[in-house]
Amino acid sequence: MGLEEKLPSGFLLTNVAKMANMVRADSLWPATFGLACCAIEMMATGGGRYDLARFGMEVFRASPRQADLMIVAGRVSQKMAPVLRQIYDQMPEPKWVLAMGVCASSGGMFNNYAIVQGVDHIVPVDMYLPGCPPRPEMLMDAILKLHEKIRVADINGKTTPTTIDDSPYDKPIARGTRHALGDLEPVRGPGVRR
Amino acid sequence: MLDALKGFGLTFRSQFRKVTTELYPEDTKVTAPRYHGRHQLNRYPDGLEKCIGCELCAWACPADAIYVEGADNTEQERYSPGERYGRIYQINYLRCIGCGLCIEACPTRALTMTNEYELADDSRQDLIFTKEQLVAPLTADMEAPPHPMRLGETDQDYYTLEYTLENTLGDPAEAQGSGPTSGEAHP
Repeated sequence: MGLEEKLPSGFLLTNVAKMANMVRADSLWPATFGLACCAIEMMATGGGRYDLARFGMEVFRASPRQADLMIVAGRVSQKMAPVLRQIYDQMPEPKWVLAMGVCASSGGMFNNYAIVQGVDHIVPVDMYLPGCPPRPEMLMDAILKLHEKIRVADINGKTTPTTIDDSPYDKPIARGTRHALGDLEPVRGPGVRR
Repeated sequence: MLDALKGFGLTFRSQFRKVTTELYPEDTKVTAPRYHGRHQLNRYPDGLEKCIGCELCAWACPADAIYVEGADNTEQERYSPGERYGRIYQINYLRCIGCGLCIEACPTRALTMTNEYELADDSRQDLIFTKEQLVAPLTADMEAPPHPMRLGETDQDYYTLEYTLENTLGDPAEAQGSGPTSGEAHP
């Protein structure tokens, strides 16, 4: 049409991206991936009392082809991992993943050979939600934070993850390493798992 | 014929029923007073920390979510009454299951839980809360440690202090939701 040559550079691209992301965020259809007790809270969030329909999310799609957001609710076992990956691959772009609960986020209290220690070993995660299980308000809080991320995403819907350097607080100490703060006695207690 | 009308009547009447939906982000309901939310490291009324760095919480934790490293107090640099204080304190909220066993294990009631639950984040590392994030904020009559013991000669005087709601968390109604129960009263 020649319209894009007359417009200032970048004008069309940024505004289309803003528009597209607004629409994406306000009609985010989740794929159910309920694996354990967190799924009960997820169902409660979809129900009448908490009513995810207020955010345009009432349709939990059974088919990944129709979903934008995968809410991984529950612990992911090693055997479930390839299934989860396949469901993720079947979802059309743009797609987002919300790790609901501590088990999906990091393995939680199940630090054993059967459970994947965080679903981000399999799929990229956009939002981590602690809690065991998180109450519906916590899930809605995570979803709303994800909405905010999607609104400022680029035109492909890619969100930028925050890094540890964005945090104003002290960096955490990884297990088994000595911090460089001085000559303290060695760590005696159980180290924190990552 | 009549049955169909009955059915429509029910549908019609339902429009006037009170809506049960909670309008969460705009109208947040206060949780139960003893809700297991984010942790808090409390202070004595003069601002000294209650945590003595004993690591009992870390040992009690079934998910190994807590990391504590104690250090010695000196007369020049005192953070808590007594010999030791928790120099490094971290809770990994992506491991913490909110069971409250750490609260039960704490001998000085330094660790309690608040009603805060909006913890979602997009970074695994940012969800490891450090001591700066966990420690209770200073109120007007508190002084930031390190400073000498103001409320007694020895640490024993601190441990036997008369606990009131005022000397735990500042404004208990604000920090603990409505109701007279504070996290401090949690058994």
